[in-house]
Amino acid sequence: MEKNNDLELIKQLLDSAELHDLSDKIAHVEIHGNKVLGLHLVDGLLINSKSLDDGVDINITVEKGVKLENPVRFCFGLIPPDGVQKLKINTILKEDAEATFIAVCTFPNAKNIQHIMDANITLEKNAKLTYFERHIHGPHGGVTIVPKTKVIVKENSSYISEFELIKGDAGSIDLQYNADVYKDGSVYMTARIYGKSYDKIKILESAHLIEENSAGVLISHLAVKDNSNAMVENEIVADAPYCKGHVDCKEIIQGNAKAVAIPKVSVNDPKAQVTHEAAIGSVDSKQLETLMSRGLSEDEAVDLIVSGLLK
Amino acid sequence: MDNPKTLLEVKNLTLKKDGKTLLNSLNLEVWEGYVHAVVGPNGAGKSTFANTIMGLSGYRQIEGDIIFDEVSIKDLSIEKRAKLGITLAFQEPARFEGITVEDFLLASSKYSNSKKEEKRAEIPNASVENFDHIIEKGLLKVGLDPIKYRKRAVDKNLSGGERKRIELASIYVMKPELVIMDEPDSGIDIDSLNYIYEIISDFKKEGSTVILVTHSQQVLRWADHAFLLCGGKLVDKGKMSDMLKYFSNKCKPCDHIGTPDTDIK
Repeated sequence: MEKNNDLELIKQLLDSAELHDLSDKIAHVEIHGNKVLGLHLVDGLLINSKSLDDGVDINITVEKGVKLENPVRFCFGLIPPDGVQKLKINTILKEDAEATFIAVCTFPNAKNIQHIMDANITLEKNAKLTYFERHIHGPHGGVTIVPKTKVIVKENSSYISEFELIKGDAGSIDLQYNADVYKDGSVYMTARIYGKSYDKIKILESAHLIEENSAGVLISHLAVKDNSNAMVENEIVADAPYCKGHVDCKEIIQGNAKAVAIPKVSVNDPKAQVTHEAAIGSVDSKQLETLMSRGLSEDEAVDLIVSGLLK
Repeated sequence: MDNPKTLLEVKNLTLKKDGKTLLNSLNLEVWEGYVHAVVGPNGAGKSTFANTIMGLSGYRQIEGDIIFDEVSIKDLSIEKRAKLGITLAFQEPARFEGITVEDFLLASSKYSNSKKEEKRAEIPNASVENFDHIIEKGLLKVGLDPIKYRKRAVDKNLSGGERKRIELASIYVMKPELVIMDEPDSGIDIDSLNYIYEIISDFKKEGSTVILVTHSQQVLRWADHAFLLCGGKLVDKGKMSDMLKYFSNKCKPCDHIGTPDTDIK
């Protein structure tokens, strides 16, 4: 009976995450609450997990020199309206390994859910990880998300991440990502969030460019409307020669929404260069009037403009 | 110009902003299927006229009336005017971060003017034909390679000329009844100018009406008929060939005091 329940939960998770066609060649993991419901691995990928009272402890390793052909699919979530999911995730990509992870976090019925993630990611020499995290929330806004990720980017390795929360009500988000980047390494982290209703969004991202020729780009694009509010603080610290960095915080506000954007830049070597840009404003009137002069309603035009910012 | 049908009629149009009269009791008629030019020195009210016809914010508190296809549009929103078939190509096209060329063209074709369907059999209706064809057609019309451009964002990475051409493509797929082009030749290269000329010719062939707001003699030559504005007033009108004298005579028909505009080409 329990197995049937598990199968039904997997189906609901995958349906709400819009994940289908998971062939044998695609590694995938499904975690509902504190239970690993599904796990399929491919050569070179190791995943160990342990259930905790209110979550799961996961260790992920991509072995030395392994270049995973297909993205690994992760599906995290809770189908019921209430609950807690705490994920402790340790990821290591060994030397010369390459992988793409696609994580979908889905809480389609959430009314009072906490999703807390504490992740450590280590990329050894010449490793490359691309990590997409997409959230799908229901319409009630009852989700508290606290993703904290620490990334170590070693020599000549590369970390690219995208965090996206556009569908449903964001709820409360407290996102903290920080990366230490060593010689010739690079990070490129993007967050795109659409806040509505009474959502509260806080983003703190930082990249510490520790060694020569390391690079970092931090991009946060948010749109907030209704009574939501957003605070973005992205920081790059460059300590070594030829480090390059860029911080980009852009927010569109509508209605009674409020937004704060703080790009922070510290450069401690004269041969390093870090730039920043920040903009908060309502929808640009010229963009709006251009689209309306093609026949779009104001709402349709705003939706298109916001979707562009959040791409 | 025998018995042309009036598509747009402006009656005693006056617009005041910040204590200044920008348009002053303007009366004119725009004929269906013709290319009209609105010429005049800087500050004459040419762009103000264009923005007022489109109903942009800041250009709506008017006296007088604007009649389009026998309907008063002075109280209509931009959207409603556009849905009647009026559109405006801005002097400096907007930049849209993250919006691709294909998104922009699809949005522009969403409410394409159904009245033109029969005349424009060449362009398939967005609702029944596939969107790829519309995008391809629009981009080829302005000389841009669809493969190269459709996924690009309409942002700062495009040159002014490219954005101008993409804006024209967006108007082409919209199939408007009345196209107002504000300074269509500003900030673009010779190649782009040729595409603009060709697309205006196409609009005319297909029965659309075009208003070119310009202070370029070359652009005026594309028109059949022109209006000369100065100080927000209509000071002359006539066939394009008659209006060319404006450029050599430095605004002679106008009785304004002061140096004629030195930017006139």
